[in-house]
Amino acid sequence: MRRGARRRRLPRRVRVWAALLCGVLAGTLLLGQLASRPAPVAAQDGGGGREGVPGVTSALPRAALLAEGRRLFAAGCSSCHGDDARGIAGAGPSLRGAGAAAADFYLRTGRMPLDAPDDEPRRKESPYSERQIDALVAYVGSFGGPPVPAVRTSRGSLALGFRLFQENCAGCHQVVARGGITTGAWIPGLQQASPVDVAEALAIGPYVMPRFTRLTPVEVAALARYVTWTRQPDDPGGWGIGHIGPVPEGMVAWLLAGAALILTIRLIGERTSE
Amino acid sequence: MRALQVALAWIGLRLLRRLPRRRPRPPREPVEAQRRRRAQPPEALSFEAEPHRGSELLVAALLLAAALAAAAFVVFYVVWPDTQLLGLCLGGAVLLAGVACALAGKRVVPQETAAEPYEELHDERAVDDVGAIVREAGEGVSRRRLLAGAAGLAGTTIGVAAAVPLASLGPGVDDRVAGTPWRRGRRVVDGDGRPLRPEQIEPGSAVLAYPEGADRDTLEAPVTLLRLDPDTLDMPAARRAAAPGGVIAYSRICTHAACAVSMYRHPLSPATAPDDALVCPCHFSTFDPRRGGKVVFGPAGRPLPQLPLQVNGDGELVAAGGFIGAVGPTYGGSREQGS
Repeated sequence: MRRGARRRRLPRRVRVWAALLCGVLAGTLLLGQLASRPAPVAAQDGGGGREGVPGVTSALPRAALLAEGRRLFAAGCSSCHGDDARGIAGAGPSLRGAGAAAADFYLRTGRMPLDAPDDEPRRKESPYSERQIDALVAYVGSFGGPPVPAVRTSRGSLALGFRLFQENCAGCHQVVARGGITTGAWIPGLQQASPVDVAEALAIGPYVMPRFTRLTPVEVAALARYVTWTRQPDDPGGWGIGHIGPVPEGMVAWLLAGAALILTIRLIGERTSE
Repeated sequence: MRALQVALAWIGLRLLRRLPRRRPRPPREPVEAQRRRRAQPPEALSFEAEPHRGSELLVAALLLAAALAAAAFVVFYVVWPDTQLLGLCLGGAVLLAGVACALAGKRVVPQETAAEPYEELHDERAVDDVGAIVREAGEGVSRRRLLAGAAGLAGTTIGVAAAVPLASLGPGVDDRVAGTPWRRGRRVVDGDGRPLRPEQIEPGSAVLAYPEGADRDTLEAPVTLLRLDPDTLDMPAARRAAAPGGVIAYSRICTHAACAVSMYRHPLSPATAPDDALVCPCHFSTFDPRRGGKVVFGPAGRPLPQLPLQVNGDGELVAAGGFIGAVGPTYGGSREQGS
């Protein structure tokens, strides 16, 4: 008698769990569907608006621009980089020869100014206005060094960009450019990076990123095009799951496989009770 | 997607609806009736002991198929070690054997449907009854030898298939451990097959390179070229001489689990950022290129092997010999003393 009663309780429990699992799965799918609906992004190609417009767009005459840049530099940058932009040991490197490319990259992505010299520069909202950034870029650029590169993403092939990204960038930035970590540093996702940001980063190698000086302009354009594409990648598999690879994919597989296994166990283990 | 959701919701609802109610216990049999029933011979228990010949054949066939799949694993492992095929064979073998077991349990072994409330076996008679039931259960299976043979074959071949990768430890099947495509004088080429010159390796960049004209898919082929300031290299003189002009080559393959060591950390401003390192993206083993590839962080137990380089008469980079240290993974937490 007691045995019979115990025998029936197990399937009841299993059913409750299986029903719960089904509910959770259906809910997750619904959420995933909602989440994967394309977010409104300003423009598909060259989104950040910075494409093929290198250099200074300000209306100020050059002398006034440099004077404004010098004033801003003295106020905001010289505590680490020195009054003469030759750097201060242990705080900030010399900017002589860094060029407009480096200044444009660090300032326009908000990576500079830093709160403390040892902080890792991260993308954030810049405290400077566009005009102030133009002035600072012109000032730092006046010490020599590479200019802001011009990028025409329309010249780059997406397929070539993907191949180059896989070979050179995916090791750190992940294959759909979602970023990650390395020892001692965060690695940014590149969904906010404009094509010019990409070209500048390849040329200067910001923070702990190596430089990629062997790439031709066509290859740089292809990479910039691929990076732009990763903002809204196609999902041939159906469901992107954040595009962050095997961990969430594995979790989904385990959840689905787990549900299937429980149902299978239930089928195999069913006893005829009458 | 929507169909999947609807299906899941439907299954969930059905499961909930079919929840069995706790049934009331059947009224307890009077003691007198129990005693009368036990006094009857065991034949009177409802008992299905007819052999299911069709199901037996099916089970035997499944077991033989499992054996075949496991044997195919062994053959593919030696002849054509394609991981997809290997997975298919071994997975198929286990799956087929599992299905055979499930089917045998459902269809071949006699199903006793009697629900007898039994009590402790205290008298001789009851013990004999149980013995008779067990004996009879066996009689419900015909072709016992066929089934036993098929099960034995399947078990043996699956066991052999599971053990056969051990052969890779020896020299016979797979000699990847020993072979290296790098020879003294072999040119170092980039991904497009163009020879590389030392001045093409710029400071702060990492260049993926291969041995000229060799298979690139072996573990020993890919190397990472860096250019470091020769004065900052902290390694024995012989090793420093193997890095002409500060151009140094390391195996691309992590000594922990053989991932590609594809991260090169190079500080733009060395005073405020982490130092140069080669980092493996899988488990973040971190190697110091200035100190002979010494492990400074992570699970790797051995330094990254260095490929000695020299410059030939045409000013091109060539290998000066094989790797310093063994290329490839080391599992099991083994560590090499020093570096």
